[in-house]
Amino acid sequence: MKIIVCIKQVPDTKGGVKFNPDGTLDRGAMLAIMNPDDKAGLEAALRLKDEVGAEVTVLTMGLPKAADVLREAIAMGADKGVLVTDRVLGGADTWATSTTIAGAIRNLDYDLIITGRQAIDGDTAQVGPQIAEHLGIPVISYAQEIKVNGDKVTVKRQYDDRYHMVEAKMPCLITALSELNDPRYMTPGGIFDACKAEITTWGRADLKDVEDCNLGLKGSPTKIAKASDKVRKGAGEKVTPESPEDAVKYIVGKLTEKHVI
Amino acid sequence: MQNLEEYKGVFVFAQQVDNKVDGIAYELLGKAKELAAPLNTEVTAVLIGSNVKDLCDNLAQYGADRVILVDDPELKDYRTEPYAHALASVINEFKPEIMLVGATAIGRDLGPTVSARVATGLTADCTVLEIGDFPLVAIPGKEAEQKHNQLLMTRPAFGGNTIATIACPDNRPQMATVRPGVMQKIEPIAGAKAEIVEFNPGFTPDNKYVEIKEIVRAVSDIKDIMDAKILVSGGRGVGSSENFKILEDLAAAIGGQVSCSRAVVDSGWKPKELQVGQTGKTVRPNVYFAIGISGAIQHVAGMEESDIIVAINKDEDAPIFDVADYGIVGDLNKIVPQLTESIKAAKAAKANS
Repeated sequence: MKIIVCIKQVPDTKGGVKFNPDGTLDRGAMLAIMNPDDKAGLEAALRLKDEVGAEVTVLTMGLPKAADVLREAIAMGADKGVLVTDRVLGGADTWATSTTIAGAIRNLDYDLIITGRQAIDGDTAQVGPQIAEHLGIPVISYAQEIKVNGDKVTVKRQYDDRYHMVEAKMPCLITALSELNDPRYMTPGGIFDACKAEITTWGRADLKDVEDCNLGLKGSPTKIAKASDKVRKGAGEKVTPESPEDAVKYIVGKLTEKHVI
Repeated sequence: MQNLEEYKGVFVFAQQVDNKVDGIAYELLGKAKELAAPLNTEVTAVLIGSNVKDLCDNLAQYGADRVILVDDPELKDYRTEPYAHALASVINEFKPEIMLVGATAIGRDLGPTVSARVATGLTADCTVLEIGDFPLVAIPGKEAEQKHNQLLMTRPAFGGNTIATIACPDNRPQMATVRPGVMQKIEPIAGAKAEIVEFNPGFTPDNKYVEIKEIVRAVSDIKDIMDAKILVSGGRGVGSSENFKILEDLAAAIGGQVSCSRAVVDSGWKPKELQVGQTGKTVRPNVYFAIGISGAIQHVAGMEESDIIVAINKDEDAPIFDVADYGIVGDLNKIVPQLTESIKAAKAAKANS
């Protein structure tokens, strides 16, 4: 079985977000990590590899330094890495991104494509389903459990108040929730392999069946009219009462003042 | 190339599950009515399901001028396909200018699939929608190129740390998914009727139709935290599932409900439906108690619109204090039970006076 896992390098927001003096995000000061939902998707693929045998290819689109997450994935147990990078692909929205990734995937054989549900920088959850749409294969999003049986895959699909057990014939695309599993760590042998591993690098010319008018900033139907830091309500009062009694007195006082009680 | 002039009207995907209209559909209708006014156009609800015709009147009461009904046995339970086929066919046939979808576990699957199928842009998880110009300010010398009456879609990104306003100037429809709990429904208009248009594009199962083997509903009589006026929310600092008792007592005393942070759900102390935050629910109660919650940005994104935020945390550097109106540095185990007693006493005194 052949599995493609789409992963993204994102700035880490754990431990706080850093800002430049002008108030913009200081991406340089934050660690770049593999997006958590994608890592869960990779772990799901590696478990299928352990259980039923599979060749796992990890694919990312981004700047050349995004090759780091491909090497991390190989160190965890993935077999091959593909980096899609080209200046003309920059500034892409989800339509142009999914068009690009679908164009790259058309060069590869696959039974299953796994993506994370959403990336922690954009939070759109759109690219996975849109890749499936471009490739004409079924999508099952929000996967909590994945099982393969012959040429079929069974997925526990989460909804707001229920889940569906859904079966699809492969090839199909699944988007993974980070709740799916706890991803494994890199192994020393894997890190050694990852250093040696050759990463395939593709540019615009390598994308199959895509038109220039659907790529990059120019090919993105959505345009940013304005971007800014969120103006937050400032901090209110902070008190350190001497005793729990004082704390309670303070809270009750405020709630009474605001007519809550 | 699309002829953009052909696209008219504000359309809403009227999500229903088990033949019950989801609250998000009414919220979207409320917003759609506001957007339709400056555009001088109508509001259309797109209702997709099996045997759902009797829901049309509800949609009319909440502001739909017209309901396009796609009713077919294949549409009984949500599946990406055939629902995407239904909605994409409606878009191709009726050509809406704006298409709104709820950012629910259904809408965040249906929206991207449909937008890719009809080749337009989609802005996810919007919190503000308005009609305006794009670019916002005309470029000097290129005033004629500025487009008017565009849908401006504002959404938080980066866990709520940045905010972007997005337009879709050259493609139609302009599509957005909208977070539940953000837009306001209108007061239902008793007896309102909408024009009903039945439309069936035909459904032929293909490789994209997955099979639902089993549906397991979460059995729950828990009230939706999005409707609560007062939330008593606990985080990892509460320490254990058992210790949530002190929060439940406080909630009972003050007439509120208990909610929690993601860490609590991950630890298995509380079910997911009580989770506030980016991967949980967005709430805006009158009072939000954040108890033993450190205040990760993903949590704050789901509660910062609350009118009054009271935080109790023993870590004086916890980021929750940056958004709290009243922050108390102290031990929740000592403060919360006493607070409960004090509120009970205050209420009793008020009742007797």
